[in-house]
Amino acid sequence: MTQNNLIVSQAPHVRSGDSVKKVMWSVVFALIPAGAAGVFIFGMHSLWLTLTAVLSALLAEALVMWIRKRPMSLSDGSALITGMLVAYNLPPAAPLWIPAVGSFVGIFMGKQLFGGIGRNIFNPALVGRAFLMASWPVYMTTWSSPRWAPDAVSTASPLSILKEASGHAAGGNLPDYLDLVLGNRAGCVGEVCIIALLIGALFLLIRGYITWHTPVSFIGAVGILSWAFMGDGFLKGDWVFYILSGGLVLGAFFMATDMVTTPITRKGQVVFGLGCGIITFLIRKYGGYPEGVSYSILIMNAATPVIDRFVRPGKFGGRKK
Amino acid sequence: MKKTFTGGVHPPGFKKLSRGKAIKQAPLPDEVFIPLAQHTGAPCEPAVKKGDLVKTGQLIAKSDKFISGFIHSSISGSVTAVKNSPHPVLGGCKAIVIKSDGKDERVEMDAGGAVKDMVRRAGIVGMGGAAFPTHVKLSPPAGKTMDTFILNGVECEPYLSCDHRLMLERPKEILEGAMLIMDALGLKKCIVGIEANKPDAIEAMGSAILGFKNSGCDFQVVSLGVKYPQGAEKQLIKALVNREVPAGGLPFDVGVMVNNVGTALAVYEAVKLKKPLYERVVTVTGNIVKEPQNLLVRIGTPVRDLIRFCGGTTKDIGKIIMGGPMMGIALHTQDAPVIKGTSGILVLSGEEADKRSWDPCIRCGKCVDVCPAGIVPAHLGICAESEDFKAAQLYDPFDCIECGACAYVCPSLRPLVQWIKWTKMRLRGTEVK
Repeated sequence: MTQNNLIVSQAPHVRSGDSVKKVMWSVVFALIPAGAAGVFIFGMHSLWLTLTAVLSALLAEALVMWIRKRPMSLSDGSALITGMLVAYNLPPAAPLWIPAVGSFVGIFMGKQLFGGIGRNIFNPALVGRAFLMASWPVYMTTWSSPRWAPDAVSTASPLSILKEASGHAAGGNLPDYLDLVLGNRAGCVGEVCIIALLIGALFLLIRGYITWHTPVSFIGAVGILSWAFMGDGFLKGDWVFYILSGGLVLGAFFMATDMVTTPITRKGQVVFGLGCGIITFLIRKYGGYPEGVSYSILIMNAATPVIDRFVRPGKFGGRKK
Repeated sequence: MKKTFTGGVHPPGFKKLSRGKAIKQAPLPDEVFIPLAQHTGAPCEPAVKKGDLVKTGQLIAKSDKFISGFIHSSISGSVTAVKNSPHPVLGGCKAIVIKSDGKDERVEMDAGGAVKDMVRRAGIVGMGGAAFPTHVKLSPPAGKTMDTFILNGVECEPYLSCDHRLMLERPKEILEGAMLIMDALGLKKCIVGIEANKPDAIEAMGSAILGFKNSGCDFQVVSLGVKYPQGAEKQLIKALVNREVPAGGLPFDVGVMVNNVGTALAVYEAVKLKKPLYERVVTVTGNIVKEPQNLLVRIGTPVRDLIRFCGGTTKDIGKIIMGGPMMGIALHTQDAPVIKGTSGILVLSGEEADKRSWDPCIRCGKCVDVCPAGIVPAHLGICAESEDFKAAQLYDPFDCIECGACAYVCPSLRPLVQWIKWTKMRLRGTEVK
């Protein structure tokens, strides 16, 4: 057949089949085990927190898209991820208006005001969390033990116990390694169950959506510095404990790996991870807060444009300059 | 572990559509449209006019400029016009239109002189696709010493199998051509690079080099990792001899000369058979083409004729591409002719042809991971999108080899190669408005 209405466009004429949707929904999928663990460990309220945060994020995004007269992008899954991460960063007893406000602020201020997907500098979930921490510090630091624990009401998270005790042996109050891995401790909804987080992270690693560079640099830096300086004497720190506590695993695998707000080159990501690790350590040891993961990531988010400006992939033949 | 370079992608190959089909002579076209510009460099001036009678192989256009290529008639007949005609790359170009007399009477090229003079007289250009005049490559600037000749039998683009068939069917002539090139440059070492997905070609060339044991030159066949763009010159040199051509440089800067196997064959035919370049092997293929195959086609044959000869298509045509799917050029008409750099004609249906619009960059870094040139395509895309070409200069746009790996993997479907090409044009001041 002779026919002349041919499509004329630029090469390449084939694509790998990947899409923003696929990437985002993979992350959503990878986050589910940690959320399920949070519900199992702390009770149904964790689920309501998550759903509220997600709905609020979607609402904020829809509202802005409507104001900007843009096509609705809710189905790309990115707002969903923000909602889940906001909820995962909350103490399980937080009232529902906390994630509602935090998620809304995170999307509105942390993402849409910068220009929407791909254009924000700061991790939106962490912007939401920082806002909540500053506005309602008591709600954000009132911890609960797992459902089955005898003293189910107000308790302290392992890192806050250590902060109180100023690094000295805090006695038998602290959970052991197995407790930490399984999530049998007080903490945020999505941060406590290390094994659930690692399962999700493994899925993303296999898919190729995250790589080892940021998590290993981040966790490695915290581990080495904790080992050196967080014990009774040099190189006597309980680094395993410090790695498994707080929001480090959640942060290193799911928030410090957020594509938009972190460096685009692998070398840059190592710099980013190391920076986060060092700042986390400094806040944990010398700062007023027991945990520094969220702030370290936000601070390094600010450094990302500079890292990207100067770090080259450096794979091939020298640059002329 | 097979030798390779860092980065690269693995698009589905589809070479099985045509790699088993021996090269067949395409039927003589009734009419050919031979463009005056079909090579890198200055376009030619016509040496014939309307009404002239020409024979196959007769010189019909030439240029005084050094970086250019003589052009010869691909059929015998009469010149019916010298006019603007469809061109696969330029859209339109002045072409010599010749109507066939059906006799295909040939005329031999003048022999004599150095190899590079014969190569120039024969109008030989790079047959891998870039169509760079070969006699220029055979005349390196003074002071550039070379020690290795690389024969490029990689053919990394999906669908294409013309080089594959040449290596299977005419390995000895390819190596004779290589010997001529090496003698012209005083090279003694030759490495034939072939991707591991062509084991029969590796064997064929491996056997053929045994016949050159006493030639005074050292031949070696190396099997390479299957990855796109393994056949890109700089990546091939890196994989085979571990030398990096510097930014803005050329292979002679690291002592290497690279030629496509088809080019080597053309050199042999010119010097030993006195045959100028007027035909080439083209893989006509696609999942919707009824009989995909490898054809020996006369330059100037309209694409329409070839598709018809292959039985037409099973579905409506969406896109026709000259070349492969990663770097090929989409044709705007089936009247576009085959030119010297046409390694393949790929026909895609509407569904196969990707035409969706794109999203903002999510900075996932996949383009960085796959880029064989080690740049950050995402940054260049963002700069081009906001037309900030000054900022684009910070991100090494001229290191881009335009292979398309970045756009291939981009989840946001961004037209990165198009943007980088545009950036280069703007920075050079060569943009056509």
